[in-house]
Amino acid sequence: MLGKKKLEPSGVDTTAMATTEPEREQPWQELGLKQDEYEEIKNILGRRPTSSELAMYSVMWSEHCSYKSSKIYLRQFGEKVTPEMNKYLMVGMGENAGVVDIGEGLAVTFKVESHNHPSYIEPFQGAATGVGGIVRDILSMGARPIAVMDQLRFGAPTNPDTARVVHGVVDGISFYGNCLGLPNIGGETVFDSVYQGNPLVNALSIGSMKHEDLQLAKASNPGDLVILFGARTGADGIGGVSVLASETFESTGPTKRPAVQVGDPFAEKVLIECCLELFHSGVVAGIQDLGGAGISCATSELASNGGKGMRVQLKNVLLRDESLTPEEILMSESQERMCAVVPKKKLKEFEKIVQKWEVEYSVLGDVIDEDRLYINWGHEEIVNVPPRTVAHDGPIYERPVKLPKYQKALNKDSSSGLARAKNASELASQLMELIATPNQADKSWITAQYDKYVGGNTALSMPDDSGMIRVSEESGLGVALATDANGKYAYLNPYEGARLALAEAYRNVAVTGALPRAVTNCLNFGSPENPEVMWQFKEATAGLADACLELGIPVTGGNVSFYNQSGDIAIYPTPVVGVLGVIDDVARRIPSGWQDDGNNIYLLGETFDELDGSAWAKDLHDHLGGQPPKLDLAKEKLLAELLHGASIQGLIESAHDLSEGGLGIAVLEASLRFNVGARIWLGDILDRDQIDQTAALFSESQSRVLVTVGREDDVKFQALCEARGVPCLRIGVTDSTSGLVEIKDVADLKLEDIRTSWSGVMSELFG
Amino acid sequence: MKIGVITYPGTLDDRDAQRAIRLAGGTPVPLWHADDDLKKVDAVVLPGGFSYGDYLRCGAIAAQAPATKEVIRLAGQGLPVLGICNGFQILVESHLLPGGLIRNEKQHFVCKDQKLRVENNQTSWTNMFEKDEEILIPLKNGEGGYIASDETLKMLEAENLITFRYLDGNPNGSLNDIAGLTNKRGNVVGLMPHPEHAVEPGFGPDTKTAMRSGIDGLKFFQSVLQQVVNA
Repeated sequence: MLGKKKLEPSGVDTTAMATTEPEREQPWQELGLKQDEYEEIKNILGRRPTSSELAMYSVMWSEHCSYKSSKIYLRQFGEKVTPEMNKYLMVGMGENAGVVDIGEGLAVTFKVESHNHPSYIEPFQGAATGVGGIVRDILSMGARPIAVMDQLRFGAPTNPDTARVVHGVVDGISFYGNCLGLPNIGGETVFDSVYQGNPLVNALSIGSMKHEDLQLAKASNPGDLVILFGARTGADGIGGVSVLASETFESTGPTKRPAVQVGDPFAEKVLIECCLELFHSGVVAGIQDLGGAGISCATSELASNGGKGMRVQLKNVLLRDESLTPEEILMSESQERMCAVVPKKKLKEFEKIVQKWEVEYSVLGDVIDEDRLYINWGHEEIVNVPPRTVAHDGPIYERPVKLPKYQKALNKDSSSGLARAKNASELASQLMELIATPNQADKSWITAQYDKYVGGNTALSMPDDSGMIRVSEESGLGVALATDANGKYAYLNPYEGARLALAEAYRNVAVTGALPRAVTNCLNFGSPENPEVMWQFKEATAGLADACLELGIPVTGGNVSFYNQSGDIAIYPTPVVGVLGVIDDVARRIPSGWQDDGNNIYLLGETFDELDGSAWAKDLHDHLGGQPPKLDLAKEKLLAELLHGASIQGLIESAHDLSEGGLGIAVLEASLRFNVGARIWLGDILDRDQIDQTAALFSESQSRVLVTVGREDDVKFQALCEARGVPCLRIGVTDSTSGLVEIKDVADLKLEDIRTSWSGVMSELFG
Repeated sequence: MKIGVITYPGTLDDRDAQRAIRLAGGTPVPLWHADDDLKKVDAVVLPGGFSYGDYLRCGAIAAQAPATKEVIRLAGQGLPVLGICNGFQILVESHLLPGGLIRNEKQHFVCKDQKLRVENNQTSWTNMFEKDEEILIPLKNGEGGYIASDETLKMLEAENLITFRYLDGNPNGSLNDIAGLTNKRGNVVGLMPHPEHAVEPGFGPDTKTAMRSGIDGLKFFQSVLQQVVNA
């Protein structure tokens, strides 16, 4: 690199040279392009691309940016909808994030995105910039970010490398999110050796705005200025998008892994406040955040979305490192940058605001009335392309799909042969063992590192079933958010697994008293070039789209992460599904545990003998096979409506969703929440549902919720269940004095003992 | 009754502090770090956050801001000043309070509901509490470990300047379980925990009776309002 600065300008590959030197060898393969994709670029341009154009196309046509393998399946999220479902949808898929009307002139925008690969290489910065990136997506819709959540999958807790990843990821999320002043209101943490070489770090953010504050990423008025502002551009994550998203973690072979991006949350916090002031002053005509593919993405997308063109002078980009080449500047993924489209007459006002926040900016160029993106390096033209071909008309693949070889045998291998507890004491020790497995144990070692209070609007957070945030201080209007994914279920049956993930997130929102309204997703899968993985993807997307249609809530946006594998071993398909609910007054929200003495405990829904894919089978018997629990979404909907009705009438004191670990774990969690015990009897469940004690305690049958009801509301509540046709069984009474969870005919468990086993697990593993 | 809340670049809990003042019955006045005009407020809150990204040392750069310099000047004349978390760090960096704050003993950021004992109820910000009253408010910090020389600690103990002490476990390794301090005049108080996050039922810490119903932080702001009224 030495002396590079001294090179004559002619050293840069220009569009003129692309014509005069058509035969120049180009590293398209190293940049991740396929032969036919390279030929297509030449076709579009009528010549070979310049090196800068090649950089742009390669990064924008990567799987990560172009969704080339997933696009044909993602379409169904827009197709399998009814007009009724879209009633509240202000902005749908394809924008930075979907926007949902929540009433009172307010809207929220939310999205979940993956940062898996960088978080394995460099857990701290990978996770930190994952939070930073999703927050900028939310901001670029015109919203004030109001909360974050995270969905984490780590390898086996006992593997020495897991601690490295856990510490780095949690520190990174904590560092970035806390420093931004965004409460962390929930998430998931799962351990499984299948994620050993490829952990999943998904981050979700939600923002709120008035309807009229909505911003879009487009440049539609010729003459408007294109301004880059925020942090300076450096060598961070160059090629990160195309290379990181298309390489697996082979332990040998040449490495193409560039530096992971480095985050500065202080710069982002200032940028957020600066952007919000810009929006409210009405000086911005279009806004786009810079994430993957940096300036290449921002310029081409703004122009393409606005149906216009753009003229850019790349020398105007403020650099952290003066030695960067134009190609590197175009691909740099430096964090904390935004690109605004500003009418010329508003420039002074724009400058005044960014100077107040001490944010640097530079005018890169202007919008033109031509279907062309011209980028100059000094006096030389280095890019001359139709913006749409870069941003939106990338390749689309219909990749081969194949039922996995192992699938039939896997589904046949049910858990029915596993030994069940022979007596009460065995059953009790299984329950105590399960609550102390890393997947069921207390996660406050992680969540205590996140600020859940900042903002003063957090109505629910971990360990309750959903996060909940007040949006309007005047009325109490708020939103609930839950995300779920059960990789085991999706591995057994990807179609059902995706439906089950949606159902669980839906139920988690419903138990708070909120009404589910919209969906986001982050689809984490292995390599799309493997037909068996592609089959899983096809099944999962179909399952999710069908289930959304059945529940009547639309997908508002999402993210696909492929190539989650080490060597040939793909992760379990892990479709993370987020459900957003609306609640007219957060004061009405329902906690996940019981606090009062002498309330009746009801189990809503039926229990079947469904232990395949359960925590009982996997974590106690190391078995994974059979079919996941059956799901009837009509029942799920009934249940949600019942919970909503009962919460409006104030009949329910607490409600906790039954999921992994079944009734046994749910009872313990609801007792641990406020340290109030209970007396439980299983007899009526066994009689009504014709199951044994193991199934009663550990089955993961769907559409079930544990609620407590004050004695004075008992009659009303039972009548409501009957009227709605929701099976309802009284299975116990809360007890605030005994310090025990007494399960009749099984055991009397001391709350103190349960807490000790449950709460010590994470710190024992990770210090 | 006007209480100023200073916003520095990177301040996070400014809107929360303003809400707390409003709920206590006062009028919050937003103040900007670059402006040395404190708008004739009757008291000032330096809220929590990561001013200047905690660069150099937590609070060190904010201590040099024009607004802070004016706070230092007026504190000398008796203006009630409350520094919360990063605000406490700024007060220490400004030498309005002695000692220093370092990385938590366990090296992690910690967010939890923290029990405190009010050791000194004779300050501008604690006069509504009983002496030795036990309160519960959120704590959230990465660098909250209080340190000071032996001599300073002795002085703090002897002159009853330790305003709050951690109870039921020391969350960050602070010497003598110190959670908050006051100056000799009793008008300046700094503490690591966050009273402004325990002022509104539904959004505070869990209590024995109901989820998130703790509002022990409200008395901080009511104390200063009462004092200003009586003055």
